[in-house]
Amino acid sequence: MPSDYFIPDPEGQSPSAAGYFGAFGGKFIPEALVAAVDEVAAEYEKAKADPAFAAELDDLLVNYTGRPSALTEVTRFAEHAGGARVLLKREDLNHTGSHKINNVLGQALLTKRMGKPRVIAETGAGQHGVATATACALFGLECTIYMGEIDTERQALNVARMRMLGAEVVPVASGSRTLKDAINEAFRDWVANVERTHYLFGTVAGPHPFPQIVRDFHRVIGVEARRQVLERTGRLPDAVAACVGGGSNAIGLFHAFLPDTGVRLVGFEAAGHGVASGEHAATLTAGEPGILHGSRSYVLQDDEGQITEPYSISAGLDYPGIGPEHAHLKDSGRGEYRPVTDDQAMRALRLLSETEGIIPAIESAHALAGALDLGRELGPEGIVLVNLSGRGDKDMDTAARYFGLLDGAEGERA
Amino acid sequence: MSGHTEGTDAGASGGTGNSGAAGGNVRLLDEALAQARAENRAALVGYLPAGFPTVDGGIAACTALLESGCDVVEVGLPHSDPVMDGPVIQTADTIALEGGVRIADVLRTVREAHAATGKPVLVMTYWNPVDRYGAGRFAEELAAAGGAGCILPDLPVEESEGWRKAAEHAGLGTVFVVAPSSQDARLARITAAGSGFVYAASLMGVTGTRESVGAEARELVERVRSTTDLPVCVGLGVSNPVQAAEVAAFADGVIVGSAFVKRLLDADTLAAGLDEVRQLAADLAEGVRR
Repeated sequence: MPSDYFIPDPEGQSPSAAGYFGAFGGKFIPEALVAAVDEVAAEYEKAKADPAFAAELDDLLVNYTGRPSALTEVTRFAEHAGGARVLLKREDLNHTGSHKINNVLGQALLTKRMGKPRVIAETGAGQHGVATATACALFGLECTIYMGEIDTERQALNVARMRMLGAEVVPVASGSRTLKDAINEAFRDWVANVERTHYLFGTVAGPHPFPQIVRDFHRVIGVEARRQVLERTGRLPDAVAACVGGGSNAIGLFHAFLPDTGVRLVGFEAAGHGVASGEHAATLTAGEPGILHGSRSYVLQDDEGQITEPYSISAGLDYPGIGPEHAHLKDSGRGEYRPVTDDQAMRALRLLSETEGIIPAIESAHALAGALDLGRELGPEGIVLVNLSGRGDKDMDTAARYFGLLDGAEGERA
Repeated sequence: MSGHTEGTDAGASGGTGNSGAAGGNVRLLDEALAQARAENRAALVGYLPAGFPTVDGGIAACTALLESGCDVVEVGLPHSDPVMDGPVIQTADTIALEGGVRIADVLRTVREAHAATGKPVLVMTYWNPVDRYGAGRFAEELAAAGGAGCILPDLPVEESEGWRKAAEHAGLGTVFVVAPSSQDARLARITAAGSGFVYAASLMGVTGTRESVGAEARELVERVRSTTDLPVCVGLGVSNPVQAAEVAAFADGVIVGSAFVKRLLDADTLAAGLDEVRQLAADLAEGVRR
């Protein structure tokens, strides 16, 4: 029985045996992790061939997550997008409030199959951490989440959520104290505890096979959305838009549209205070090929290969790397990647809230800001599909400070 | 700090009989390990990052290790994201990078420590800085500085061919790390590709001192020996002469890093730190001779 929701790439566009998408990917890991990473790859291949795995995952995605997620047309918002039609894929309506749960449930099932009692994960905005803590509660797994110290402060609500779910949250004080450093610390934990621990990697980066596995678990986003847009509008969209940090929600949306060469795939990266300012996380715009966290991709680095500290108002996009498949899409020309500043994203966040009654995550607001531009470029005949990857509850503290929403407070930006 | 790299170090004096066309000192490394074996003892291999606490201080410390009992020194090329290192070496790397250490400074550290002692000096680092600098360029410049080879723990054997060609051309060794989790077939593949020695990680974990060195290390060394005649040196967690003696009983070399770094971190002055690392090197050298 074919699965409705677990749809690993049927086109054979998997990476090469060594884990490469074109020139990007691979497996640059310490020898101590090779056996564990190979075990994950082997277990995933077995799971793909096992109808019981797909059936169990389908059941979870429908009855626990709430799939399929809705497709919402946002007409009042679209008035600001040159009159183009704008449709939102509502991953924010999934259980736990973002797309992250798709991958987490899949990997949690893999963890069970491997017989490992403990899960570790990194998190930036806390969405992957919350989803992981949720799955661990559901399956009775021990859970430790690594989170940069700066992110534990700006996403304090999600720290409380993870702890409520029974997870241990470890603030990471090294390096830039953000997502990159959380991943470093998670790798250090994994090396020491690999026998009983699965590293539930949260994005389409990392060593092979993680870029492939995480992508496959998120492909459902684009498969559903493509069908929904066709039903709703009678045709394919002109462009599909998503924010990119590591790139998981974007690859999940893009992948089903890869063969549709008339559909533009546009990723929006965090430009922070502007690419020219040097304070940004626009890896594909301003980075160069290098190795970070186990794979070759674009990275923000200096002339001697030291990783430079990224910046974004969005904790989930504040990362100096990017998944290798995105690097390949960029170099092959199939994907387009553009920078969106903090201010553009925050304006889009407020606009969607006020015109549609939907408060997006700051991450997703980068895609919304990009969609406003895409709509204006396409004009009234255009259709733009945007992945609303997460909801904004977690960001209310940051937004309140930014806009001065609390009584007696002045906004940082008006 | 020396700012930007200016050309190669080809004009530097080697300090020893380093006159082969290939330049690098892999043979010196082989000889040092053979000499220890001939003396019926394990070799002592020390590690310190370049640029820590300063570039000149790091050179003095590496030289002190070699003068006080280390047979080989590994000079760390600090990286912003040292995922295989525990808090002690992370802290040292951060100090070095905040001090502005550059690859030219690392090469100068290799050159001066080798020139002062005539002993083999390796570089240990992560793959991205070497890849970014250019594997060929890095190998040539390291060889010209009198370096003996490189240890790149996040460059697995499958991805290593380009580097190994560059290293071999430059007369440098490539030391691979193996772990207790490495299966026998992989061990054979890795040791066939490596040169100099095999770095056997004593346990599953990052760098740092440990209370004890487990039985895993002995078992791993035995499995490695069944695949290669290369010397097998054991690292991770060794910090005192008792542990060094314990490891020396079954391995060809004992690798000590964090314990040296910690002595320098904890010292009030560089001079006091140098005294501490000299004492530790001497104690460990006694340990590997028990």
